Parts: sequence; structure tokens; C-alpha cells
Amino acid sequence: MTGDNGPVTRWETLDGNEAAARVAHALSEVLAIYPITPSSAMGESADAWSAAGRPNLWGTVPDVVELQSEAGAAGALHGAVTKGTLGATFTASQGLLLMLPNMYKIAGELTPAVIHVAARTLATHALSIFGDHSDVMAARTTGWAMLCASSVQEAHDFALVAHAATLRTRVPFLHFFDGFRTSHEVNSVQVLAEADLRALVREEDVLAHRARGLTPDAPIIRGVAENPDTFFQAAEAANPFHDAVPAVVAEVLDELAARTGRRYGLVDYAGAPDAERVVVVMGSATGCLGETVDELVRRGEKVGLVTVRLFRPFPVEAFLAALPPTVRAIAVLDRIKEVGAPAEPLHADVLVALSRRPGPRVIGGRYGLSSKEFTPQMAKAVFDELAAAEPRPRFTVGIVDDVTHLSLTPDHAFRVPEDHLSAVFFGLGSDGTVGAAKNSVKIIGEQPDNFAQGYFVYDSRKSGAVTVSHLRFGRTPVRATYLVDRADFVAVHQFDLLRTMKTVDVARPGATLLLNSPHGEDTWDHLPVEVQAEIAEKRLRTWVIDAEAVAKAAGLGRRINTVMQPCFFYLSGVLPADEAVAAIKESVEKTYGRRGRTVVERNFAAVDAAIAALRPLPAALRPTSTEHRLPPLPEAAGDLVRRVTGAMLHGQGDLLPVSALPVDGAWPTGTAKWEKRGIAAELPVWDPSLCIDCGKCAVVCPHTAIRIKLADPVDLAGAPEGFLHKEYKDRAHPGRRLVVQVAPDDCTGCGICSDICPARSKSEHKHKSLDMAPARDHRDAERGNFAFFLGLPEADRTEVRADQVKGVAQLQPLFEFSLACSGCGETPYIKTLTQLFGDRMIIANATGCSSIFGGNLPTTPYTTNADGRGPAWSNSLFEDNAEFGLGMRIAQDLQSAEARRLLGVLRAQVGAELADALLAADQADEAGIAAQRERVARLKAVLAGHVATDDAARRLLSLADELVDKSVWIIGGDGWAYDIGYGGLDHVLGSGRNVNILVLDTEVYSNTGGQASKASPRGATAKFATAGKGTAKKDLGVLAQAYGDVYVAQLAIGANQQQAVRAMLEAQAWPGPSLLIAYSTCIAHGIDMATSMSHQAEAVASGYWPLYRFRPGGDGHPLHLDSRAPSMPVRDFMQSEARFAMLARANPTRAEELAQLAQADADERWHYYSQLAGMERGLPAPKEEP
Amino acid sequence: MRPDLSTSYLGLPLSGPLMASASPMTGRLDSLLALEAAGASAVVLPSLFEEEVLAEESQLAELMDAGEDFAEFSGSPLPELEQPDLGAGAHVNLVRRAKEQLRIPVIASLNATRPGSWQRYASQLADAGADALELNLYTMAADPSVGAADVELAHLAAIEAVKIAVDIPLAVKLSPYYSAMSKFAALAVDAGADGLVLFNRFYAPDLDLERLSLLARADLSEPDDQRIALRWLGILRGQLPEVGLACTSGVHSGSEIIKALLVGADVACTASAILRRGPEAVAVMLAEAERWMTAHEYTGVAQLRGSMSAASVEDSSAYERAQYQAVLHSGRYA
Repeated sequence: MTGDNGPVTRWETLDGNEAAARVAHALSEVLAIYPITPSSAMGESADAWSAAGRPNLWGTVPDVVELQSEAGAAGALHGAVTKGTLGATFTASQGLLLMLPNMYKIAGELTPAVIHVAARTLATHALSIFGDHSDVMAARTTGWAMLCASSVQEAHDFALVAHAATLRTRVPFLHFFDGFRTSHEVNSVQVLAEADLRALVREEDVLAHRARGLTPDAPIIRGVAENPDTFFQAAEAANPFHDAVPAVVAEVLDELAARTGRRYGLVDYAGAPDAERVVVVMGSATGCLGETVDELVRRGEKVGLVTVRLFRPFPVEAFLAALPPTVRAIAVLDRIKEVGAPAEPLHADVLVALSRRPGPRVIGGRYGLSSKEFTPQMAKAVFDELAAAEPRPRFTVGIVDDVTHLSLTPDHAFRVPEDHLSAVFFGLGSDGTVGAAKNSVKIIGEQPDNFAQGYFVYDSRKSGAVTVSHLRFGRTPVRATYLVDRADFVAVHQFDLLRTMKTVDVARPGATLLLNSPHGEDTWDHLPVEVQAEIAEKRLRTWVIDAEAVAKAAGLGRRINTVMQPCFFYLSGVLPADEAVAAIKESVEKTYGRRGRTVVERNFAAVDAAIAALRPLPAALRPTSTEHRLPPLPEAAGDLVRRVTGAMLHGQGDLLPVSALPVDGAWPTGTAKWEKRGIAAELPVWDPSLCIDCGKCAVVCPHTAIRIKLADPVDLAGAPEGFLHKEYKDRAHPGRRLVVQVAPDDCTGCGICSDICPARSKSEHKHKSLDMAPARDHRDAERGNFAFFLGLPEADRTEVRADQVKGVAQLQPLFEFSLACSGCGETPYIKTLTQLFGDRMIIANATGCSSIFGGNLPTTPYTTNADGRGPAWSNSLFEDNAEFGLGMRIAQDLQSAEARRLLGVLRAQVGAELADALLAADQADEAGIAAQRERVARLKAVLAGHVATDDAARRLLSLADELVDKSVWIIGGDGWAYDIGYGGLDHVLGSGRNVNILVLDTEVYSNTGGQASKASPRGATAKFATAGKGTAKKDLGVLAQAYGDVYVAQLAIGANQQQAVRAMLEAQAWPGPSLLIAYSTCIAHGIDMATSMSHQAEAVASGYWPLYRFRPGGDGHPLHLDSRAPSMPVRDFMQSEARFAMLARANPTRAEELAQLAQADADERWHYYSQLAGMERGLPAPKEEP
Repeated sequence: MRPDLSTSYLGLPLSGPLMASASPMTGRLDSLLALEAAGASAVVLPSLFEEEVLAEESQLAELMDAGEDFAEFSGSPLPELEQPDLGAGAHVNLVRRAKEQLRIPVIASLNATRPGSWQRYASQLADAGADALELNLYTMAADPSVGAADVELAHLAAIEAVKIAVDIPLAVKLSPYYSAMSKFAALAVDAGADGLVLFNRFYAPDLDLERLSLLARADLSEPDDQRIALRWLGILRGQLPEVGLACTSGVHSGSEIIKALLVGADVACTASAILRRGPEAVAVMLAEAERWMTAHEYTGVAQLRGSMSAASVEDSSAYERAQYQAVLHSGRYA
């Protein structure tokens, strides 16, 4: 917001979220928030602004309050507006669904309120964080007005329109824009002035709203129950208010236009005045369609575009008025799939609107689900379809539908004029490419008369993530809302990407190409043949730089962004080099100034050294390489994985036809192993002479990249040269050899294994049994070793001591190579569970980090053993996971009971001995499980002979496997367990059913970027608690213990592996509910993740995280403390983590107060637990089911 | 009549002969106020170590980079927070806050590693209001390619550079390990030092035999540690009559204050006594010194100061050779 009152317009470069949030913060008193992608940034900004004391338009600092869920946020919003304050919230997707009940209430009560939505896909067959309108369309019956912004500028302007119009009409407003495409697009925006806000948000409307607020000084009653006699009439009584909305919004839009010159209608038309073919659309596709229409009109075609801005109440009159009278055919594009409906929502509305004015043929199509690209070629295809003699009444565009044949074929030859220069940057998440690209957009956009746009494509990996940044810039505003496909400048910031994905192909002929290459003058020889061909055929002007070397010399490590950025400006010529360098330095100062002078100066040094390090690449005229890029997956991966997963891995998933995809979202497991990423800069190297067989390395490895097996010497015949093994000290099985093997292409090089390794050389202290060493020196040899290792027999589960760390380490992990952050604190718990119970696990996984690294395509880490058994995994939602898992347990119990009943019925056919053995089986240990599986196999063989004649036999055969015990695990993070899912979790804990719950407690919403939860500790700074969390962490374990019959343990696998394993086994064995609360280090803590595991020892030693097990039904003293009394101050632990230390540097007084309270919390907690540990408690054990 | 305890150091009038030297106790406002209340006549704030500043800033930058480019993140998971106390900021702000709250002189302390940074940090500390600056010339000369002369030249260059950069008085805290102390002290004064602090204490590593780990333990001084300072204070007093001299290390009671003054120090400094016994140790030590002066009929510190320096005693050989042979042969060692 600008403070000026005059007509001078100010341009800023903003993304859609900030554009909307600025207005919302300025026009609200209460902001009730909850994080959800892609809207989280709006709440984060609002929270940070309020924490910094930024006032709203009336001088009040808005109260930004985080709730336990979006349902809670909507409830709080409802309360705040009912009391007469100005309230708003931000959300998306499932979050909006959780707000629906309150939305009906707020609308029914005619109470002004605004929800800003970064519209996102709803989870159906799969979750998607990306954008479409499925969430907002689910809200179209709530009675809220719905206003759609199509661009970053509109997100800014319509935020104001929504806040102004809700106060004038009393109808609450849902203001939405496309998730990612608009919410995350950075573009040049004319910023509204405070005076604009004051002019449109009329004081009398604010006061009138306040006057309607609930007050005991003039009491009224709301929320009453009405009966059949009056409900219907009362519902109709509000009609005039809703009927008035279009006119009021039009009035506000007119006022906005008068002040800013930016004129919008409720429905806008652009194109030929005598158009015959018209497309109707909402949202960001307007940009692409607008360009397409302009080009087609230029070519003489009679086409036009109708953009709907006010969707609810649907402005029928405005819509009809917008349509040219000449129109003969209309295609309505919906960014949602409404299964079973005769038309998608906008399509249906258009049909109804046109029922008053019959004439044009109307067809409807779906596009852009989950941020699927929508390009001018696709837009052209829609107009072409309208020109057909018999257009398809329903169609899709943007995919190839070879099943129901609904898809249109894009006109690939069609291009719209490209008025802007464009650039594409390929990078990795860790190299700062996106940050630099955003900076470049701002630098260019803030030059006089320059306009710039940036859009950023991310993949889902949290280690080794690929980013692609698309930039456009020029002398006119940029409205293209699709990716750059013919770039004037292409930079590949990571050399390996040239081999693993298509990169240079996006360059237009004669474009400039910048490669970050460690190979200097020899770079050409290291390029895959396809890349050489692109460079040669397109005559790309190619430059190379060894950016790592420049960055390293400047002290920047792997951050190459400030090396590559000046090169872009220098080579592209978009700004004079000296101006660009000055601007980059200014942005470095802005970005890194808060992180200290050192970093600023190192970046300056990198900027200064960059251009001199550029070298033109002497390129041959034709390709010379024999190496190919996009290597296919090995045949062993199978057809589906090679064809479908392989395409996704190569960035070609958009090309897959409908028939290639599963119909119900069910995918094969165990695909992470096919994605050989090789991202580690260092690999652990094993010295068997020092190894003490402890197994800690394998237990704590977050990526399952350190493996342990025991081998008979005979199995080692044929091992590659250099394959290491050592004697395994075991009296029961003398002679066996221990192998500790790294998976060199799956290791992330986090260093945790080496950090935790307790075995040191006596003669050289720094040398451990596992040392990190440069990957390039070891990767090739370890590839061969790992391949051989995989062929060694797996451990016999009936022989391994699973109650010991070294034993667990030998068991086959059925969770491997996840894409979690390097050093992740969550994954070791899951991996260990799969080692213990993976072949019989059913997992209900709450949405969050563990569902993303556990189940995000292209590849997934849960896998199977040689028998084909492994964890069966599903994710329902964020909020319902405990219930989801309980449902699985109930079903399994029912199926097992039915199998047992049928077995009783068929006892004679099956044979009494087998039947009785099956029914009486003790499955408490691996031997028992193995024996039962063997019996089930015999049972199946027997039943096979009866199925043709006996229905009961057929039914029992379908359930026979359920006679083997299953281990139901409910897994999720603290956001789920402490906040959004707590009600369900509590209910499940109280159910007495045999479920095991693992809470991966990172003490923050990790997956959405580090927002505070009720698990966040006092004194830590986090998003939504920027000023430091003032309240203590909720003690989930003690709450659960109150039930008495719930097994509860608090663990920290990095601090005490043995206790963690013991707790897992006891939880599994306890026939009632079990709750494991697992301390999970996270990048949001601000620690060196190489010490992610060993650092946990300090959490325990300081009493910050006591270890315990609460074992009901045991010796009468259920609580057993597994850690010792605190031996170091909590403050020392806190100061070693940036989440606490940052607050100490930002606000020493508050940090000191909170640190003292945190110490008191820890002291009191230890005192309390110590007393509980002496308490006697005896409750009846839960009844075993069935 | 009570003896006059006031003195002056670096041109700063001090209410008494005992300052608090740099320690964690001078790093917090509450203990600074307590030290002032107990009678400390000046405080030296904890040293700004450039190495620490760089490490802290680099570490934070690295942590803030984590997760920056994740699809679901809007930047780093750690919130972007204004951190005025980051790196050098903590020291600069402590100077500012101490100056706002204290009436006694506040002396900032600096240990930089690079030529340009001495001036930069010195200016920041001076601008924040420090009454004087103490340069902590700490170099662990473990690089085999760097000789003694190189080290001394670098130290002198740092003094010169800072002297040019700031207008406030400058003290230089010396290590006891210079080969030619008198010469170096004179050169330091020529380079711009207004005062010398004798001596810096260096913490040597220790080993934890159970964990087999190196310990960086901060050993507190003992009264005997004062004697090497006494020697050089006694010698330098006569050689550098106009230069401020402060005695640090081993000052634990009134006796060590008196000894320091007798050999020529303008003021004594203590850290270990305060760390062991709290700020109130200052009051006790001053009372002890005052009692001694009363008992021995000294009118004030001015009378006492330097009265037994090498230049003021009949036989200065005790300072210069310390009768090494005689001590050994007599068996009079502690």
C-alpha cells in the first residue's frame, strides 16, 4: 500500500498472495488463519506485518490468530464478524471445505466477511497442491458472493473490491485467484494507495457493521433454531441483499476505475465486436485466451473472450450484455471436473443464462486441472472446435484422452506474437536459482517503463528438487499465463540436469545459452548428444562458467545464485551490466542484510567475480557425443514403471495419455529404487577394522542408504573386488560376515551415519568406521558393491534379535530412498517400523511431510520383500487420519473375525488339526507369524478344492490372509496430532482398539513451511509465531496417559535407539491403542542437519525431551522414565538451535523471559513425570479383538 | 581520613582502582549494573571476535537457505526476522545499552582477523558510544609460514589502523609471549596505543579422557597468575611513564590491587573473582585495598601508583632476572 493520496501510480513487483494479503491486512481487524498451500504465504505475511506493528487503515494492528484447523479459523472468523469487527481469512483446497459449514452460517446471517482463496485442487484419487477451481466451486452454494481475479493485479484490486462490497452488501465475499499460477506468479503491479482503500471502504458501512455486532448493551439473539413454519420464508427474506450484489460490485468497480483507471466489469468482453465464436472463462486462463483472441482477430477471425469476474451471484444480465449479438457458438471452460453433472458449474450457469436468450450453441470443456498448462495452442483448439460443424458438447483440453476421446488437439503451429523477451532457468532447490530469478524479475520490473513476470515450477522432492524459473520482460505488461516455450535466454544452473531432463530444448533458434559447467573448455565433450544437437541446430550462443568455483572462492559454498545472476544480465543485455550489478548488489543487501555483513560481502564478491569467469563455448557444428540423456529405467522396473513413472521422472508426464494412468489412484509401491539420483557430494566410506557391529548407522540413516546384512562366507563368492566385510561377533552363529554398504545413488550425503558412528580409530581420533569422503572417488565402485549387496540373502526374521538395535539394523527395510530433506528426522522412525513390522503393516498417513515423502509421485519409497509383502499405505486427509486408521483396524478386525467364524464352520473340510492350529495360533513373534503364514498357505490349498461347490469356502479363501495378524499404524505429524486431528486422535485413543499411532513431532508445520503448531515449544520463533511462541508445548503424552489403557511412549531415536525400538515393539504388542511421540529434527529447527540425530541427545540430556514409556497393565507402575534427570540447562540446548537463537538476537528481553519460562517448564515437567513414575495405577487391559 | 581511591586510565577519570574486565558478567545489563553498584570504576565488555561473528552469520545464512525453494514453502521455514543482535550487532548494541544505563566508562573490546575489519568494527563500537576501545591482540601463531616479526607487524598495523579510524582512547591488551616485550610495548604506543593491558589469558585445550574429546574450558585465574604481569608492569611503568597501564589476570583480592598499583598500574582488572563470587566481590576487594592503604597510611592511589616500579626501587634486578637461580636453589617455590 502506498501512503500517497494523489493520482501518481506506483509499480511494484509482487506475487498474487502478497498482492491480496496487503489489502486484507490493511482492511481487517481480525485475521483467523491456518496454513495450507498455496495460500500459506498470505497468513504468514499478515502475521509478520502484525508482529512488526503494521497497522490497518484505521491505525489498529490487526490481531492475527492461528487456529487448530481451517474449521477453527472459520469459527473464529464467524465469531469475530458476529461481534462487529472486520474479519478475513486465507485458505485453499481442503481448508476451504472445512470452512463450508461456517460459510453457510455467515452468509445466512448476512454478516460481512472475506475469504481470500488461492484456488487449489481438491484431493480425489490423489492429493495435489496445485491450482484449479475444485475448491471454490464446492463453496458456490454457501451464499457467499464469489469474485474471481485473473492476474496478480486483479488479486490486488479485487481484494479491495471484496472488502468494500461485503460491507456495502452485507453478503460475505469469497475472493479467489488461481493457486500457483496467480498466487505465486511475480508480476508488475500498480499498487493501490491508502486513499483508494479509504475511498472504497466507506466509513458508514464499517460503523453499520459494528453497530450490528453482538453486544449485551443491546442484545439480540442469533443462531436460533427455526421450524417448518418459518425457516423457508426466512431463507427467502435475504433475497434482496443477494440480488443487490451485482449492482453494488459494479458500483465499486466503477469507483475503482475512477480512481485508478483500471476498469473491470462484472463480466468483460474482449475480441471482435462481431464475434461469432466466443469462449467464456474465469481465472488466469484469461491471460492466455486474451492473447489468443487478439492474434485470431488480427488474422480476421470473428472470435471473442468473455471473462466472468463475479461468479456468485451469477450476473445473468451482465453476462448477456457482454455477449456480442453476433455470437453463434460458445465454449465455456471450467477449471474443475464435476463428475456426473450434465455440465461443469460455469458451463451450467451459462446455459441457464442463455435460456433467456436462446440462439448460440453452447459447449463446455475442462482445462487446467491441478495447474495443467493452458497455452495459446490449446486456446486455439477451443476456437477451432467451435468452428466445427458438430462441435463436441463436452470436451477436455490440455491432455490426450485416448479412453473417452474427449480431448481437443492443440494447434501446435499456432503462435501468438511474442512481445517480450523471455528466459528460463533450470536449477536445484538448494542452489538459490528461484531466489535469484525472483530478484531478477524485481530488478527488471522496477526499472522505469519496464514490465516483468516470473513464474516458478517446482517438483516435490525435498532433497535434490529441480526448479524451473520462467521469466518474461518488456515494455508492455505481461499477461501470458503459461510457461515459456521459446526462450531468448536459457540457463542451466546444474550440469547434471542436461542429462536427466529436457532443458536447452526450450531455447529459440539463435538464443543465448548459459551452462554452469565444471568442465571448462572441455564442456562440449561432456554434453549428451541430444543437447549438442540442439545447440548446433539452433545455433545457440553458448557460454559456460564454473559457478561452483566462483562461489567457493567467494565463500558461498554451493549457493551459485549470485554468480549466475550477473551473467544473465550481462549476456541477455536486458540492463546495462553496471546498472545490473548495482541493482543485484542492492537486492543482495535487501535479501541477505538480515543475515549479516559477512554474507552480504561474500555475495558481493561473487557478483564481482562472475562476469570475468564467463567463457564462450567453442561448439562443434554437429553432435559428437555418444552419450544420451534421459536414460530409460532398467527392464526390471517393469512395463508400467518404465513407461509411466519413467516419463514422469524425465519431466515428460504431461505427454502421458489418459489410458496410461490408473483409474483409481492405485499405484505400485517400491518405485523410489528406480530413481537413481546420485545427489550426494560425499558418501560414507566404511572401515570394517574399526566397526563394532552396533548398527546405529543403519538405524538412523534418514534415506535408508546405509544397509547392513550378515552373510555366510559362501554367499560372498563372486563379490566385486573391494567389497568389504568383517567378522560378526555372534556366538550362536560363528563365522558370519557383517557387511555395511552404502547405496551410492540414493544417499544424500547428509553425514548422519558418520556423525553417529561411535567407532573411532585409536591412532587417529578423527577417523571413524564411517567417514564421509568425496562421492566422485567412490560412487562407481560402490555402485557395483551395492548391486552385489542387494543380491545377498536377507536376514531370516525368525533368527534376528529384533529387540536389539544391531538386530533391527539387519532386517530388510521396506521404506527406502525417500525424497525427504537431507538429514530428515522423521524417516528413521518409519524405516525402523517397516523393518520390524513392514510385511504386515497397514498405514494410514496424515497429509504432511510424511505423506509427501511417503506418497508423492513420480516415485514412492514404501516397498516389498521377496515374498511381495510390504506396507500397504494410504492417505485420506490431514484432519481425519486417526479415524481413517481406526476404520482400517475395524475392517481388519471384522475380516479376521469373519475368517475365524468361517473357519469354524468349515472345520471339517479344512481338517480339525489345521483349523484349530489356525485359530489358536500365537503370533506374538516372527516365528509365530511365519508359522501362521505357512498354515494359511495350507488352508488356501485345501480351500481351493472346495471353492467351486462351497460358498463358505470361497468366502474364507478371500479372507484367509486376514488370519495372519496385521499391524495397523496411524502416522502423521504434530500439526495433525496436536491440532487439526486432535479430536479424532483423542477419540481413537479412547476407543480401546488395537491401533498404533506414530506422531512425528517436528514441533512445527514442516510441510507447509514452518508454521507454529501447539507442539511448538515456548521461546521458539516460527511462522505465525514470529515474535516467539509464548505458550508452552502441549503435553500430548500426558493427555493420552489419562485414559489409563493407552500405551504411550516418548522417543528420540537419535538419542536412544534402543529405547525407540523397545517402544515400537511394546506399542505393537499392546492390544489396545498405542501412541508413540517421536522427536523429529527438522530443517525448521535451524540446526546442522548432519547432526540431526546426535543433536537429539542434547534434547534428552537437557530435559527438553524426556524419554519415557507408559505401559498400562504391567507391574502397576505404568510410567517408566527412560532418560536421566536433566544434566544440562535447557537454555544451552535452545541456544544451539536457530529457531530459539534468532529470537534472542531479535528480541533479547522477550527471549530471556521465555527461556526462563522454558527452563521452568522443563524443571516442572521432570518433577511431574518423576512423581508420575512413582504412581500406582491398575486398569483392566483392553479386550483383545475380536 | 579515608584514602582517595580515584585514579585515571586512558585519560578517563575512574572512581576507583578496580575495573571489571571482559567476561560473561560484562555481557549482560543486569550484571553490568550490579558491577557498577559494587564499585567497579569501569567495565570492559566481552570481546567482539571477528571469527565468531563470521561463523554466526555464515551459519545463519546457511540455515536460512534450507527449504527456500520448496513448492509449499514461501521462503525459509525459519521466519525472516530482524535480528539486530546478529553477529557484531550484539556487541554494538550492548555498548549502546550499557552506555544508556551506566554512569561509569564503558570500554569495548575487539579481536579482528583481517586488516579492514579492525577499523570497521572499531568504528561501529565507537559510534555506539564506547568510552574507550581495548584491542584484544590475540593470535595463535600456529601457521608455520608466519614468523614472530610477521605477527608483530600485523599487530602494530592493526593498532595504527584503528587509531586512525576512531577518536576514542585505545588500549591494547597484550599477550605475555612477545619475545621483546619492552620494544613491542614501545612500538605499540608509537602506533597509537594510549594504554596497555597486561596480560591476556589464553585458554588451552584439555582432554576428556572418558569421552575422548577435546575440551575448550575457560580456566579461571589464580592470584599467582598475577606475577608475570607485575614484572612487566614494573618494568614498563618507568619506560612508558605517560601510558595508561592496566593489570589483569590473578586479581582476586585487595592485595592484588595494591600490588598492581605499587608496580605501576593505573588500574587493576578482574574477571575471575567476579565469575566466582559475583559482582559483590568488587566491593569486598575495594574495601580490602582501602583497609590496606589506611593501615599503611597511604593518602590515595596517586601516591601508591608506581612507587615500587623498576624505576622506583633501589635494585631492579628482581624484575629483570627474578633471581631464577637463587629461587631454584633455595627451594622456596610454592
